[in-house]
Formats: sequence, structure tokens, C-alpha cells
Amino acid sequence: MSVNAELVGREFPPVGPYLVGREKVREFARAVFATNPIYLDATAARAAGHADVVAPPTFPVVVQELTLAQLLAEPDANIDFSRVVHGDQRFTYSRPVVAGDELTATLSVTSVKTLGGHSMVTSESVMTDATGDHVVTAISTLVVRGDEQP
Amino acid sequence: MTSGLTVGDVVTTKTIHLDRGALVRYAGASGDFNPIHYRDDFAQSVGLPGVLAHGMLTMGLAIQPVLEFLETKGRVIDYGVRFTRPVLVDATNGADVTVETKVGSVMDDAVRFDLTVTFGGETVLGKAQVQVVFD
Repeated sequence: MSVNAELVGREFPPVGPYLVGREKVREFARAVFATNPIYLDATAARAAGHADVVAPPTFPVVVQELTLAQLLAEPDANIDFSRVVHGDQRFTYSRPVVAGDELTATLSVTSVKTLGGHSMVTSESVMTDATGDHVVTAISTLVVRGDEQP
Repeated sequence: MTSGLTVGDVVTTKTIHLDRGALVRYAGASGDFNPIHYRDDFAQSVGLPGVLAHGMLTMGLAIQPVLEFLETKGRVIDYGVRFTRPVLVDATNGADVTVETKVGSVMDDAVRFDLTVTFGGETVLGKAQVQVVFD
């Protein structure tokens, strides 16, 4: 069964606020082999003009995942998680995420396409800070493999 | 401020070694506990040859060399990739992922870096591009 095309345009309730913790940022930075000290050391980050350790550019995926869980759980979506493969990922930033940020993320589905038995679902998770200003948008395309394909 | 960079410049080339421990560490840090990233039996049960690195781990590490190169200069405004091939991480030998960072375009205060990310001689990320502005 292919993914429900009527998902396009659907917006989910905001998730969060997600408090970005300093040690979570450092743990993530080590896990992605960060070497620049602004991602690991608050003193170095402050010397570079940031309020606290800077989250590596892909850190917002942690919050994006919380919003994608809403989409996967949507009863009429017809998305079989065991057949989902990550196709594309993109982040567009207004500013870097730093420890101490409180991010609220709102997911909306921007496109559903079917190609050769596979479905491609593109969604945007728009993240704002405690003052409501835009921080980053995480755009993800999930490929849902069709029943007939290996 | 301008970057002083020229299109075609290769600014860094780096090889990062992944072992199974790196995948477990990323699973914990990111919250992605899909067992295809740490259990061979599970990976094989869904038709994969074995444990794969998280695509988001490959994306996450691929940008690190350019961030190291930039030091405290510049600000990333856009980073996108396409996941084209999986990175199989052998239980004993791990996997070596090589990242080459090249200047793709230069416009006033903005630079696009193009990343070539390979494993076993094959590209694993497509259209891996980082946009940086130098305020």
C-alpha cells in the first residue's frame, strides 16, 4: 500500500520546548567526530562569541526525529517503518543552535511522490527558539519501499 | 569579509575510521536505536548484508573537516546530502570513510563547499553541499 497522498499540507502539533543541554551537545559532538573546540568546550565557544557550546550542524536531527515520530504514528499515513529508508536530508539555518536553546519544532508534510512502487515523503520540521525566532528548518525525504521490491 | 578561497581548491581531505563502538556512541547521542546499526542478525533479517552506519552519522561526520578548517570564521547557513549508498561497518575491521572538501562556488561573502564522501572507493553521499557565509 502506498503512502497516503492526502498527507501533503498536513501540519502536526508543535513538539517541545526541547532544552538543548550542554552535555548532550558535547556527547553528540564527540559521536560525530567533531574537532573544532566550539562544539566541545564552552570557553572556546564563548571566546568565539557564542553563549555556550555550539551544537554541530546535524544536531537538530535529534529534535526532527521527535516530530517525524508523529508522522510515522499517524493512523492514515500508511507508512510501514520497517520499509523506511532515509533518502535526503537538509538543514537551513538562521543561526547555530547553542546549549541553553529551547527549541519548538513544527512538522509539516510538503510532498508525497510515488515512483516505481516506492513512495517518497518530504517533510519540514521548522524549529524556533523561546522568543519565537526561526533557528533551523530540517527537511527530510523518507523513501518507503514498495511491497513488490526486494 | 571575503573568504580568500578559489573555486576548485581542495581545502581538506580526511579519513575517519568507524568501528561498531562509534555506531553505538552515535545511537546513544542521537536517540536512533534502530538495531540495523548494531545487530548483524537483525540487519540480515531485513535483507541487509550486515550492520550499517547511521546515514546521519555519515552526514554528521562529513561536515567536521570543513568546520575544523573554518575555525571560528564563517557561519553554516545550509547543509544538505542525498544518501546514495550504505556504509557497512565490519565487526572486526570497521570502515574507513574519506571526506574530501572542495570549494564549489564563491560569491561575495558566501562559499559553497562540495563534499566527496567515499567508502571502499564508492561515493556514499550525493550532492553533499555546505553553504557558508562570512559575515
